[in-house]
Order: sequence, then C-alpha cells, then structure tokens
Amino acid sequence: MGRYIFGRVAIIIPTLLFLTVTAFFLTTAARGDPAEIALRAGGQEPTVEAIAAYRQQLGLDDPFLVRYGRWLVALTRGDLGTSFLSPRTVTEIIGERIEPTLRLGLTAFVFTTVVGVGLGVLFGLTAGSWLDVGGRWLSLLLAAIPSFWLALLLITLFAETFRSLPAAGYGGPRYLILPVVALSAGPAAGLMRLTRSAVLEVRRLDYIRTARAKGLTMTRVALRHLLPNALLPIITLLGLRFGQLLAGAIVVETIFAWPGMGTALIAAISGRDLPVIGAYVLLAGVAFVIVNLLTDISYGLLDPRVRLGATKGKSP
Amino acid sequence: MSASEALRSGPVLARRFDPSQWRQRLALRHWRPAIAPALLLGFFVLASLLAPLLAPYDPNVLAMDKLLAGASWEHPLGTDQLGRDMLSRLLYGGRMTLSLAVVSAAGIVLIGLLFGVLAGYAGGYVDLIISTLLTMLLALPNLLLTLALLGILGPGTQSLLIALIGAGWVGHARIFRAQILSLREQLYVEAAVGIGCSPWRIILRHLAPNLLPTIIVLATLDLGALLLIVTSLSFLGLGVQPPNPDWGVMLNDARPYFGQLPLLILGPGVCITLTALSSNLLGDAIRDLADRAHR
Repeated sequence: MGRYIFGRVAIIIPTLLFLTVTAFFLTTAARGDPAEIALRAGGQEPTVEAIAAYRQQLGLDDPFLVRYGRWLVALTRGDLGTSFLSPRTVTEIIGERIEPTLRLGLTAFVFTTVVGVGLGVLFGLTAGSWLDVGGRWLSLLLAAIPSFWLALLLITLFAETFRSLPAAGYGGPRYLILPVVALSAGPAAGLMRLTRSAVLEVRRLDYIRTARAKGLTMTRVALRHLLPNALLPIITLLGLRFGQLLAGAIVVETIFAWPGMGTALIAAISGRDLPVIGAYVLLAGVAFVIVNLLTDISYGLLDPRVRLGATKGKSP
Repeated sequence: MSASEALRSGPVLARRFDPSQWRQRLALRHWRPAIAPALLLGFFVLASLLAPLLAPYDPNVLAMDKLLAGASWEHPLGTDQLGRDMLSRLLYGGRMTLSLAVVSAAGIVLIGLLFGVLAGYAGGYVDLIISTLLTMLLALPNLLLTLALLGILGPGTQSLLIALIGAGWVGHARIFRAQILSLREQLYVEAAVGIGCSPWRIILRHLAPNLLPTIIVLATLDLGALLLIVTSLSFLGLGVQPPNPDWGVMLNDARPYFGQLPLLILGPGVCITLTALSSNLLGDAIRDLADRAHR
C-alpha cells in the first residue's frame, strides 16, 4: 500500500510545479515596472539609475529561481501579493470567499452523489423498463441544459411565480436550494449514466446468478453482492465530478449573487486583475489535485486489485 | 461522459481501412440513431447560415416604442429591453454561437492531432517532453486552464477561441498518441518503412485514414460540450461582447427583465439545449457506428 500511495503522490509533483509557476507569474504580474511606479509615487521623475538601483533593492533583477523561491516562502506565510483593483491583499479577497464556495460546493457534491448514484442504481436494476427509458432521456436532457439557463428557469418558477424561495443572496439553507439544484443537474446526469452502466456490467456476472440460485432475494443480492462491486469504480469518478462542480460553481455563483470564489474570479477576469486570477488558479488547482489523490488512494484501499497493479479480473 | 473518457479505454481502431467490410458493418439500419439528431442539428445550422434571408429585422436595430413587447404577428418571439426583434437576434445569435463552437472544436482536434501524432511517431525525447506536458495538464480540470488563459488574454471573442483551443487539445493529444503507438506496430506500417516510404507518406497515407473515425467522433462529442462552455462564458461577459447577438449574451441581457417577460429567456435557452442535445446524441451514434465498423 505504501508503494501505491508513493506512486500516486509522485505523479502530482509536476502538476503542482506547473500550478505554482503559473500562479507565480500571475500574482507577481504588474502594470508597468513596480520600481518605477514606487519611485514615481514619491512625486519626482526618477532617473534611470535610481530605478535600476531600486529594482536591485526589490530583487526584481534576481534570477527566476531566486524570485520563485522567495515567492514560495511568502506563499507559506499566505502572502499572494496585492490586487490591481483594490488596495487589499489577494489573500484577503480570496480568503473570505472560500467558506461560501465550500458551503455551496460540498452541498452540491453530496446532492450530486446521492441523486446520481441513487437514480443510476434504480435505472440499472430496472434496465429496459419504461422507468429506465425515462431515466435515459432525463440524463440526456440534464446533460444538455446549460446550468445558467436552468438557474434562470428555477428562479422564474420558484422565486417569481410561487415566491417560495429567495431568487438570490447568501444566508440560511433556503438560499442554498436553487443554486445547489442548478449546479448539480449536469454532474448528476453524468454520474447517473455511469452508475447505470456499472450496475448493468456487474448484474451479468456469475456470482450474481449464483447468489440468486442459492435462493437469496433480489433485494439482498442487490445490497450485499451487486452494489459494493458496482459502486467501486464510481468512487474514482467522484474526483472528476468535483472538478465539474468547481467549474459550474463559477457560473451559478454569479447568477445567484453568491459571495464565493467564482464571483471573485469573474470580476477579476473582467477587470484583468491578474494576481486574483493567479490565486484562484493555484487554490482551485491544488484542491482538485488533492481531491483526486484522495479518491485514488481510497480506491486503492477498497480494491486490492488496484494497489497491487493486477489486471482487471472479471470477478473479484 | 467526456469524449476523452469515452475513447481512453483503448485503441480499438487499429485495423487497416477496408471498404468492402465497412459496407456490411455500416448497413443503413445502424445509422438510424444518427438521423434525428443530425436533422435537428442541420436545422439549426441551416437557420443560422440563412439568417440574413430569414431574419425579419436587423438584429441590432433599436425600436424605443416597442420595448419588451410580448409575442405578436410582427415580432413572433417579442422584443427585448431595447426593442430589438428576438427572432432576428436568435437567428444571428445562432451564427455566432455555432461558428464559435465549430471553430474551437476543429482547432482542438487539429492541435491535439498535431501533438499526438508528433509524440507517438517521433518517440524518444519529443515523446517524453510532450507526454510529461500532457500528464501535467491532464491532472487539472479543463475549464480551469481555459479560465487561466482567458484571464491572461482578457475577455473577447478572439481570446475565447484561443483559451478554449489552448486548454482543450490536451485530452485529445493523449488519445491520438496512444492510437499512433499501436498503429505503428502494424505489419503494413513496417512494410511501408521497409520499402522506403518517407515518414510523411506513412503518416498521411497509412496512419491518417485509421485516425479518421476517432477524429469525427471526438469532434462531434466536443461540439456539444463546447456549445455549453461558449454560451456560459459569453453569458458571464467573458466571450462574445454585446451588442453582438449570441445565445449566451442574449440570456445575460435578459437577466434584469425576464421576470417581466419570461419569453426573453425561452428562445435562447431552448436553442442551446436542443443543439447541445443533438450534438451529444449524434456523437454517441457516430461512436457506436465507429465501434461497429472496427469490431
């Protein structure tokens, strides 16, 4: 197991390197020469020599690796530079938005998993019936509806017509319902399809027939024999759903005026606020990489074939 | 499921192109699932192409006496907050949205093809460098890369295209690389090398025809996903800029007013959903056809 985990950790290192270098360039980007700007702030036109000397003092002329190393050290203290658009630091701007995004994202993740896996299992077990056919069309439709349009429809229906839920804003659980539904529809549709085919795959296998032949009820076979094996590959895919939710949250947050990282990112892109964009890319990228690492490791823990690198057998 | 996930399962398309076998396997009845989505998609493409002929009004002309009018004989889909005819904007918007999705899908497949074939065929250091790059980038969600590029380039149609292509090719390059690696081992490639064919001739005449089914499947499946991404980003104000009509822009324009006139969000939303749905269905159908042809 240790060997398996080591291998998983080793392959994320180049990605982390890429993320930090990208974030380094974005967060240290500046409009014009920082030394010149700082000296101009004094009121006088600085000489070329003064600028050069100040650049030296700020360390702007140091080799790339030295500046990158210094940036990494600052990063461990939570220093990601200053925003172009406001006098606040990037850490402040992004920091206060992590909690709302996590609240929305985690709720949507749980909702996606429960609905996607639940309906997928239902449609897989009833394959061929009218219920399953309806489910196929539902998942196709949900995968094609743009989340922002779904959000607008939900607002029209539940906030404007029935006036039962708030149209936008941040607050108690009632404010979460519409954004979570709009955000989860697409990922849940994909999960539904995958779970259905995983259930169908396992359903055909010999040990299911054996269990039925022993006289076990279908419910018992489904719960004890079918689901644990069918759901195993689904776990790795949950990591990918996380990335999908992260991306979808950007759109949904904007529509529902949710004060999360997504709204901050859109404002930053519109205003060309590179340091904030860099911080978002770093944070979201690292979160995604870690979630994927954890799903990989849990997959290895649950399925010995994966960690031992065995070829995929037909029966466990 | 993304196109990459669908095809990552393995190089199934490793056999030589054989027209007579194809004809049996691709009998007309197998094409049935592709017909309805192809017709639907064709309808939208045709309507967009013919927009200058079909549109009753100029999509950008303002009519201050007819703001937010409901459906009528003069304006079948009503008018927006500036009195612009919604039907005309929908037709012209389709031109913008569909052409952006088609161009980016083509760009993604072409760049993916370029790097995939290069890595797979050249091998050695070239392959090592490209493969490392691919592993690095594939560990991140696609949209994160798109947004990072868009952030550097700034909002706009051109940056949107660059960002979409720049982030999208990675998954495809890996698929094409894997296919080239297995195709290279085929006897007829060995024979072509043996009789002294140039690498270009081998790639273009012997390898490329085998990649064609994959190219078509990937491009069609991409189209559906890209339609959603393009409209999302335009909706957020990062892609097509108003007053140019685009389905995403139209939905964003309607945001303050759709409570008054729900008709405003109906047209663009239905159009996006139906084009994305038909692209997805068409992609699935073509993938099944390609699998059948190579079984």
